[in-house]
Amino acid sequence: MALRQLASQAASGLGLRCTAPSLALTQSPVGLLQAALFRSYSTVIDGLKYAESHEYAKIEGDVATLGITDFAQSELGDVVYVEVPEVGASLSKGANLGVVESVKAASDIYSPLSGEVIEVNSALVDDPAKINAEPFEGGWLAKIKLSDPSEADSLLDANAYKKHVESQAH
Amino acid sequence: MSGVVKVLRLQNFQILRQLKLEEALLRASNDNWFLVNDGTPDPAIVLGISGKPEVMVHEVAARKAGVTLIRRFTGGGTVVVDSDTLFTGLIMGVDEVPGLEPFPRPIMKWTEDLFKPVFGKYGDFALREHDYVFKDVKFGGNAQAISKRRFVHHTSLLWRFDPDRMALLQHPARTPEYRQGRPHHRFITPLQDHVPSRPHLLDQLTASLGSAGFALQEASLVEAEEALARNKICGTRVL
Repeated sequence: MALRQLASQAASGLGLRCTAPSLALTQSPVGLLQAALFRSYSTVIDGLKYAESHEYAKIEGDVATLGITDFAQSELGDVVYVEVPEVGASLSKGANLGVVESVKAASDIYSPLSGEVIEVNSALVDDPAKINAEPFEGGWLAKIKLSDPSEADSLLDANAYKKHVESQAH
Repeated sequence: MSGVVKVLRLQNFQILRQLKLEEALLRASNDNWFLVNDGTPDPAIVLGISGKPEVMVHEVAARKAGVTLIRRFTGGGTVVVDSDTLFTGLIMGVDEVPGLEPFPRPIMKWTEDLFKPVFGKYGDFALREHDYVFKDVKFGGNAQAISKRRFVHHTSLLWRFDPDRMALLQHPARTPEYRQGRPHHRFITPLQDHVPSRPHLLDQLTASLGSAGFALQEASLVEAEEALARNKICGTRVL
């Protein structure tokens, strides 16, 4: 996160906007540079597994803690509202895990793995900004007991996810 | 990537039905759609996914006035709608626009650029803190939902409004900076003061998709409503 702040300051010094670039029908060189800088400094944690749709799974035994990545929270903007599943709900890989609201948009979040929800992060009800501030720590969404741990083999590791994020630049 | 947008033209169509339809087209259709609806027959107050009626609306007064409260599936604020509100709903796959990513700000920027040639004819148009404005007065609200690689961007445009009905809204805790504490009636402007023709405006907004390179295909309500039976998730409901 500190590296991204440094990148933002560097971008400011170069006269670049310090927000994620928005895409018009044409792309400016400034926008492309800023996008590349931004994507280079999104935090990716080694040892976690990642979905291409920017959710992560922290797997400990047969329990996975699920959330959205630093890249995703930054692209979404300030999160003002979160919906999480109910404890006891059964999730399939790729099914809706919840919804976040940011910048007048309700964005669906998907479960990267299948399992039963055993805990949800109720702190997000009163403090949804935790998703922005601590996506990998206090901003987790739900914990599930895995029904098929082998599904994790199809997720991306940290290096592959980093490349995936960088490839989103245009 | 089909390059085709199906156009559904509605008039005086109930906003609750329109929202349920848009949600179904987002989740249970692979096609691109552009809905235009000239007015809703019964007044309603439509709240975004996180809107709290007890905070946003004078509920007792609203119910006494016969105004229905509706929760919609998209984000954003609370709006009063009636027969003088014009609606558009764009439902599209992000892959239809090269380089467009499934996140709020790029989508909002792309739709601003899409509609700018139309609104720009009638005033100093901009998307300002996510509102549609002429300079510093708001004429329309917009909101979005994003699911997998598809999105809805829909708008409510104030052709004309009833100040008494607007007074059913409480002053929100979060307001855009450009509002600068102005009361509601000084912060919004009716489109009829800027645009000569109401039906022509909706036609122009539809045509903007053609100008953006999409082939427009007129569609029927029957065809659109096929998605309702397939949709499993519905966040839109009467409160």
